[in-house]
Amino acid sequence: MASFSHTAGAMTYRFDDLKEVMAKASPARSGDFLAGVAASNAGERVAAQMALADIPLKHFLNEALIPYEDDEVTRLIIDSHDAAAFAPVSHLTVGGFRDWLLGDSADETSLRELAPGLTPEMAAAVSKIMRVQDLVLVAQKIRVVSRFRNTVGLRGRMSTRLQPNHPTDEPSGIAASILDGLLYGNGDAMIGINPATDSLSSISEMLKMLDGIIQRYEIPTQACVLTHVTTSIEAINRGVPLDLVFQSIAGTEAANASFGINLKILQEGYDAGLSLKRGTLGDNLMYFETGQGSALSAGAHHGLDQQTCETRAYAVARHFKPFLVNTVVGFIGPEYLYNGKQIIRAGLEDHFCGKLLGLPMGCDICYTNHAEADQDDMDVLLTLLGVAGINFIMGIPGSDDVMLNYQTTSFHDALYARQSLGLKPAPEFEAWLQHMGIFTQADGRPRMGNNLPPAFRQALAQLGQ
Amino acid sequence: MYDDSPLSGASENPWQQLRNLTPARIALGRAGTSMPTRAQLDFQFAHAQARDAVHLPFDHGALAAGLASQQRESLLLHSAAQDRDTYLQRPDLGRRLNDESAELLRQHRAANPDGYDLAIVVADGLSALAVHRNALPMLQRIEEQALAEGWSLSPVALISQGRVAVADEVAERLGARMVVILIGERPGLSSPDSLGLYFTYAPKVGLTDAYRNCISNVRAEGLSYAMASHRLLYLMREACRRQLSGVNLKDEAEVPVLAGTGKNENFLLG
Repeated sequence: MASFSHTAGAMTYRFDDLKEVMAKASPARSGDFLAGVAASNAGERVAAQMALADIPLKHFLNEALIPYEDDEVTRLIIDSHDAAAFAPVSHLTVGGFRDWLLGDSADETSLRELAPGLTPEMAAAVSKIMRVQDLVLVAQKIRVVSRFRNTVGLRGRMSTRLQPNHPTDEPSGIAASILDGLLYGNGDAMIGINPATDSLSSISEMLKMLDGIIQRYEIPTQACVLTHVTTSIEAINRGVPLDLVFQSIAGTEAANASFGINLKILQEGYDAGLSLKRGTLGDNLMYFETGQGSALSAGAHHGLDQQTCETRAYAVARHFKPFLVNTVVGFIGPEYLYNGKQIIRAGLEDHFCGKLLGLPMGCDICYTNHAEADQDDMDVLLTLLGVAGINFIMGIPGSDDVMLNYQTTSFHDALYARQSLGLKPAPEFEAWLQHMGIFTQADGRPRMGNNLPPAFRQALAQLGQ
Repeated sequence: MYDDSPLSGASENPWQQLRNLTPARIALGRAGTSMPTRAQLDFQFAHAQARDAVHLPFDHGALAAGLASQQRESLLLHSAAQDRDTYLQRPDLGRRLNDESAELLRQHRAANPDGYDLAIVVADGLSALAVHRNALPMLQRIEEQALAEGWSLSPVALISQGRVAVADEVAERLGARMVVILIGERPGLSSPDSLGLYFTYAPKVGLTDAYRNCISNVRAEGLSYAMASHRLLYLMREACRRQLSGVNLKDEAEVPVLAGTGKNENFLLG
């Protein structure tokens, strides 16, 4: 194992191993202090960044941060590394790689070809020496397109997950939020419910309901109920109509074990989803959620910093060609990401690293009430991620999730991004919105329909006045 | 067919009747495509209330006085997290008592060597507001029923900057067979004052959540004191019978079920 040192000013800083350089080079955040792996002061942090910048990318193939023998995620990373794809940057240091990414050699095509040649740790390393504008600029070059019943991730477009949660899973309450969201043009990434009750029977009823709505109104989108992958497999075995297979994942084998999963179980979920052949345009069907801090929260971080752990989760995700990957950035709380500044930076790091590794990244731009963050912080992150070319964000009524008790982006927020950045929904969904008379976006600016679509007017009439 | 009017004035949504079906913030209308002023400020007020609940200092003096008027003794304790900022970033410190508090309990144990059947703990958690509003009436219910079971009760331990697991240390130091902690839950936008009850059988330092049972959302608009104490007493009696608590002890208390509201038909598929 190599040790590293860097002399800056009158001080020489020493770091025992790559793991320590990475952790101390991480921009400050509460979770790394909680884990006891953060730099002890600002000088040591920058010295670690300087030491990191001098480390050759090749070194990451020789020094595993978690031993190969101990961790199946490490084995996946090493065993699936594509040396030919890595070749164009194999001579570079981490610092040289940053320069390369910012330069003209890095474009949509070269970055797509490079992705299988990069390990998560390389992506994490370079992100630690990038500013916010670097994370935005390089991510913007990258496009990762995925397909199931529509096409998500095309340039100039941004999709939304309509999240119609209800505190007790009342079907009528869920339907009310779905209709509200559709009438605000949300729901092309998916209609995805976090269930309050995690029983197979209620999950199955919700899946049937979503399938019924998508079919009745011929909505070009896909459905998901966010339950454990083993529950989804069981539902599929019982013939329940299921589009996207969900699972929370993390970057170490032990953290995944705390979620009750491993690579084999994920493969079973993926195979079960594929067996249904429900995708009409493509077969990307896994939906993964991640978030910095999850490995530490499970006591399974192996002394790594939380951002490096997070990028390792992306190696797990990309193995299953997902439809969507969602970093739920501010949900975990202030002991991991303390305030708006830390949440904003983490969201941009995750989006950048995920895209660099070839993932269709979205972000749950969110915060809890005990974090030092508010709507202004979310507006900043939404705007930055919109500029960076994010694939999808959440859409919920009025930013208030009444089941999970946190705040994320609203249906209105998505329209703000469409209006200010000219971002359109997925093309198939855009056509549906226009056909229904919900909104059109010919010149970039969304123009809302004046009248309720007839099909929905009928549904409302059933409720009486 | 499309609205070409200049972006001035807010438009209402013609689907207002859906608001009866969910507490979610639907049919808010729009100003241009943005949130109208009224809805925007309503949200800001809800967030402000939740923020204030997180940062409201725990008035344990008032609570101790309230308990004293009911002839109940209390012990004023503090976790190892010295202030709110530390508490929010260091959950490990909120789970331990500070040295003075540990010493106070050591002295109490020396004077009361027999211990207790049930240790009672109240902590501010993430909402002192929840404790201020709900702890006294909730405690009264619990204690009446616990005394009816013939259980001996510890003085009420009032802990500032406390997290759930601190109850285990209190119980271990007091020599208690069971512990219940009443603690302010993470405030939601519509629930700044929600109290949580966590129960452990055979408490000791280092137990994980898997050894606890939780009763959540105790507040005026949520779970009633009567229902919460009914469930808690069920759990405690079962725990005594089976000598365990946590994931292996399911909450199967018989609770009256509300008659169907008739609202649960899904109008989109009707």
